[in-house]
Amino acid sequence: MARRILEVVAGLGHRVNEKLQRMGFAARFFVMLLVYSGQSFRRLHLTIREVYFSGVLSLLIILVSGLFVGLVLGLQGYETLQRYGSSEALGILVALSLTRELGPVVAGLLFASRAGSSITAEIGLMKATEQLKAMDMMAVNPIARVVAPRFWGGVISMPLLAAMFSAMGIFGGYLIGVVFIGVDEGAFWSQMQASVDFRNDVWNGVIKSFVFGVAVSLIAVFEGYDSVPTAEGVSRAITRTVVNSALAILALDFVLTSFMFRGL
Amino acid sequence: MNRKLLDLWVGVFVVIGIAALLFLALKVGNLSASNFLETYPLTAKFDNIGGLKVRGPVKSAGVVVGRVSDVRFDPQTYEAVVTFNIDARYKFPKDTFASILTAGLLGEQYIGLDAGGDEKMLKSGDVIAKTQSAVVLEKLISQFLFSKASEGPEKK
Repeated sequence: MARRILEVVAGLGHRVNEKLQRMGFAARFFVMLLVYSGQSFRRLHLTIREVYFSGVLSLLIILVSGLFVGLVLGLQGYETLQRYGSSEALGILVALSLTRELGPVVAGLLFASRAGSSITAEIGLMKATEQLKAMDMMAVNPIARVVAPRFWGGVISMPLLAAMFSAMGIFGGYLIGVVFIGVDEGAFWSQMQASVDFRNDVWNGVIKSFVFGVAVSLIAVFEGYDSVPTAEGVSRAITRTVVNSALAILALDFVLTSFMFRGL
Repeated sequence: MNRKLLDLWVGVFVVIGIAALLFLALKVGNLSASNFLETYPLTAKFDNIGGLKVRGPVKSAGVVVGRVSDVRFDPQTYEAVVTFNIDARYKFPKDTFASILTAGLLGEQYIGLDAGGDEKMLKSGDVIAKTQSAVVLEKLISQFLFSKASEGPEKK
């Protein structure tokens, strides 16, 4: 019995050790990434290409989901607000929930599953087909050539995508509230402007989405770079990217919210 | 895909992103309206500020002329000390009357300034002497009920 307990505890310790080692490796990888970023910025078109692949190609899903999230918010918000006779506050509800929380978080989740997974798949396959090793043999640093551009492409795209998501969502709320239901247009915008503060709400949302961009991109490139170079290993790495990114976004969102919006 | 077309797409993407940010800042947020360039602080003491919050508006004749910057409690006099910044373009007489009002029945609370007739103007850091507290709905209702109850039996 005592031996069983000892085994269980040892197994737990082993797992914790493994996770810690992986985190340490991830941290060192991040530092290397930052160090070699300068090198990769000298060939800027590499990063621009990645902005295209992770940013421009995510446009459609971000804009469409932003619109639908806004439509649903408008519909449900109106349903509740009109019971208290304050349907003009619909603008505040839609704008605040989008700029503070939903914009960065949902855009981050979509970005992780749309762009993060493909980054992991690409780097993982490069590793599986030994392209990274080949680069190393040709004295091309794979971190500077492959990893850093993908990371920065994601970091640049994410805040822009989140801003578009919020803007599109507010347009969706406007569409439902003002155009279809008939909330007064002037009250909708003026109440929104009166209670949405640029620095407190909009800018904090931008900071959030930037942090999420760093987290998602780092997880994506790291999981790809660290994947087991087999078909199964790559598929697992992609799964881990999506799961870990989603968890990281939600956990970071809670931490950031509790710092940013305390006492508001 | 050739590089020029790619650059173009990324350029369009960045422009849309910045346009979305500008939309959020100017149309949704209050970047254009509420940030006064130069302000001067004034202070007023109230018995009860109700639901007044920091960054709440200060209005005169319905126009926003400033924002609340600080709300404190004075332990000596048991009053609320409210500091607010007024746009430097606007000057108010010494005997200006400050009251806490509510926008709509359940809306946000704001400070209303009613200008007096004094020749001297309020300077930076001055204290407004004449104030009126927030109307607390519960007190109003209970007063109404008590007065109704006291006059009720005599009529019957």
